[in-house]
Amino acid sequence: MTELTDALEAQITRWRTWLRRQPALRPEDVDELEGHLRDQIAALLEAGLAGDEAFLVAVKRMGRLDAVSREFAREHSDRLWKQLVAAPEEDAASGRAARREVPVVLGLAVAAALAIQLPQLFGHQFGEGGFYALNASLFVLPLLAGYFAWKRGLDRARCLGLAGAFAAAAVAVNLVPFEPGGHTELLAVLHLPIALWLVVGAAYVGGRWWGNVAGRMDFVRFSGELFIYFVLIALGGGVLTAFTIISFEAIGLDVEGSAQRLILPSGAAGAVIVGAWLVEAKQSVIENMAPVLTRVFTPLFAGLLLALLAAMVWTGRGVGVEREVLIAFDLLLAVVLGLLLYAVSARDPLAPPDLFDRILLVLVVSALVADGVALAAIATRISEFGFSPNRVAALGENLVLLVNLGWSAWLYARFVAGRGPFAAVERWQTAYLPVYAAWAALVVLGFPPLFGFA
Amino acid sequence: MNIGKDLVAASATPLVLAILAEGDSYGYAIIRRVAELSGGELQWTDGMLYPVLHRLERFGYVEARWATAETGRRRRYYRITSEGTAHLAAQRRQWQVVDSALRGIWTGMRFAFA
Repeated sequence: MTELTDALEAQITRWRTWLRRQPALRPEDVDELEGHLRDQIAALLEAGLAGDEAFLVAVKRMGRLDAVSREFAREHSDRLWKQLVAAPEEDAASGRAARREVPVVLGLAVAAALAIQLPQLFGHQFGEGGFYALNASLFVLPLLAGYFAWKRGLDRARCLGLAGAFAAAAVAVNLVPFEPGGHTELLAVLHLPIALWLVVGAAYVGGRWWGNVAGRMDFVRFSGELFIYFVLIALGGGVLTAFTIISFEAIGLDVEGSAQRLILPSGAAGAVIVGAWLVEAKQSVIENMAPVLTRVFTPLFAGLLLALLAAMVWTGRGVGVEREVLIAFDLLLAVVLGLLLYAVSARDPLAPPDLFDRILLVLVVSALVADGVALAAIATRISEFGFSPNRVAALGENLVLLVNLGWSAWLYARFVAGRGPFAAVERWQTAYLPVYAAWAALVVLGFPPLFGFA
Repeated sequence: MNIGKDLVAASATPLVLAILAEGDSYGYAIIRRVAELSGGELQWTDGMLYPVLHRLERFGYVEARWATAETGRRRRYYRITSEGTAHLAAQRRQWQVVDSALRGIWTGMRFAFA
């Protein structure tokens, strides 16, 4: 075989790189076409052509590459649908790693599914009493953190740190003498997963949490995608459970109770691990869903909030001061924050501000105004009726979100006005993440003694 | 001579299958053989052969495997299957019908091309 010159090799490499970008072409198709091109070039060189002449003729005979790749796409239309389960194997080494990953993931998922059943052996019933509600996240999240510790190759010290954090949380929540069914216990149930999620985040970023803006942003993206995958898997699980109950009922067996006791918790626990793996596997394969949903719902929520504010001004009605109202506004702020966060996560930091950025700013500002009105109403309620754990928790949440959104609005306004970089918004959002966890930890650990475990 | 696109597309399957019926081959050699058989008149766009080969593989008419050629380069060799042989026989009968019908009419109107 004739040795090709470096210049010719470089031309072939460029040609090959272009082909590699075609979604309908698999790497082995590209190999095949490249082999053909090289055969053709060799024959033409043999016939006396100069190197670049041979390359030009061979490429010309190959035909227009877009037409060829269109023909491939017609033959393999399935390839344009990215197959998630059969994730592409870039090279042999990562292929081996991916194959090793499946047993690890399945093992962890099964472990989570079994772990969540363990307390039932000791008389704790799922859905009854506080034990399950308090500890549910402690059966799943350590395994999820373990998956990332394995995947990111965390060193022993960091692994021990993560394990220590989970162990401390487990000991703390089980030692607190909650009054059964009390408010502080319910608040702890709601806030413990939020605090522990930060520990998962520390594992996700490979233990490098501090000053790691990009890593934290990835964790935000991961969280959103995992949520979407979890919901999808949960829908499938719901169908499976319904079929189980109906089909056993058909043969005269009532399995509704055991299905709810066994399938539901185990399925949910396993789904967290499997969902996390899917998000990891597909992050480069499929477009992220959370930013797409953000694009759809940001204008809709902005419209809703403007309509709400207009209605308040028009009718002169204030916000009611029921506790539900405060919680509703907390949720609203959380949704707005989520929209902001996922818009930020998907945005090219270097692109100039566009219409969507303005809509987002309108959304954040109108949410702030609406929340300000609600807070004013609630402040009077608290001064009238005193502090209860629920009111303080809801108020604290509101303040935590308000501070974030207020400063975000300021940074975003500067960016839209062309007076500040977009990166400032990103930095602010990622820097704020530990605040949620700190507040959640305070609610879990600080509130019970503060309010007499009521 | 410029042969119409539809005719090239229609004749591709029987030609490729017939060439593979002579013996296992790979893309570049198939193109060379087509040129040789048609005296250089039938010029395919080289890249278009591969989608055709992949379609034949999907139908089960040919099998492909990677092997290292004597030049040291890895090549994808195609081999005709028994379904492929059967399909080739059916194609052959169809083309013979078309061919004889056209022959019948060409002889009658020979003067027109004189």
